[in-house]
Amino acid sequence: MTVRTLINVPAKARRGEVIEIKTLIAHPMETGFRVGLNGALIARDIITTFRCTYNGEEIFRADFSPAIAANPFLTFFTVATATGTIRFEWTGDDGFSVTESAPITVE
Amino acid sequence: MKQQRATKADATRRDFLTGTAGLAGAVALAFVATIRSSRATPAMMQAAIKQLVGEAPIRKGKVMIDVPPLVENGNAVPVTITVDSPMTAADHVKSIHLFNQKNPQPNVIGVHLGPRAGKAALSTRIKLADAQTIVAVAQLSDGSFWSDEADVIVTIAACVEDLQ
Repeated sequence: MTVRTLINVPAKARRGEVIEIKTLIAHPMETGFRVGLNGALIARDIITTFRCTYNGEEIFRADFSPAIAANPFLTFFTVATATGTIRFEWTGDDGFSVTESAPITVE
Repeated sequence: MKQQRATKADATRRDFLTGTAGLAGAVALAFVATIRSSRATPAMMQAAIKQLVGEAPIRKGKVMIDVPPLVENGNAVPVTITVDSPMTAADHVKSIHLFNQKNPQPNVIGVHLGPRAGKAALSTRIKLADAQTIVAVAQLSDGSFWSDEADVIVTIAACVEDLQ
C-alpha cells in the first residue's frame, strides 16, 4: 500500500535564502484512547518520528505524540545551501516507514 | 402495636435506601475519579515540562504561539509556534516542545532544529480534548528556556470520543 504524501519545496532558491517546507502525510494517527464499536480500546497507531535531511545532513526532526491530528501536517524552514535533495522520513507504530524526497536547485 | 411495627419497617427501609444511595454515590465518585485520571492534569503537564527543563528557570518571552482562541473541532487545531532568534551557529534554537493540560497525555510535539533552519518556526495541527491552556517551551543554544502559553476554547473535543 502506498501512503499518500504531499510535499511542497520550492524548486529553485537563491543561496542563503530561508525556504519554507510543507509536508503532509495520510495517516489515521489513532490515539489508543478511543473505544471502538465492540467496547474495546482501539490500539495506538501513530507516526512517532519525522526526520528531514538536506544532502544527508539532518536539518529538522520532530517527535509526534497521539495529540497530533490525523494526516500530520508540518511546516518548517531551512536555509538553501546547495543544490541537491531534501529527504523526508516518517516512522511510526507497527513498522510504519515512509521516505520521500524532493530536489532543489540553488543558484 | 401494629402501627409501631409499621414505623419500624419504614425505618429499616429508609436505612436501606440511604445506605444504597450512599453506596451508589461512592461508586459514581470512584467512576468519575477513574475517568479524570485518564486525562493529563495541569500537574502532569508541569511534570512533563520539568522532565524537559530540569531545575533550569523558564522565562516568558521570545516564544509565540499562534492558535485560534476558539475552535469548533478539537480534532484538528492549527498551531504555529515562532521563536524570536537570529538562528546563527552561536545563538540558535535547539528544540521547541508543546504541552497541553487536559489531553490524556501532556506531550504534543517536540522538534529539534539548529542553525540550518534559518528561522525557528513550525506549524502543525493538533488534537485538543477540552478547552485548555497549551504551553510551548523552547530551548536555546545557550541552555536557557523560554515559554509562551495560549488559552483555547474547544467546542467539539477530540481524543476521548467513542465510536458508538
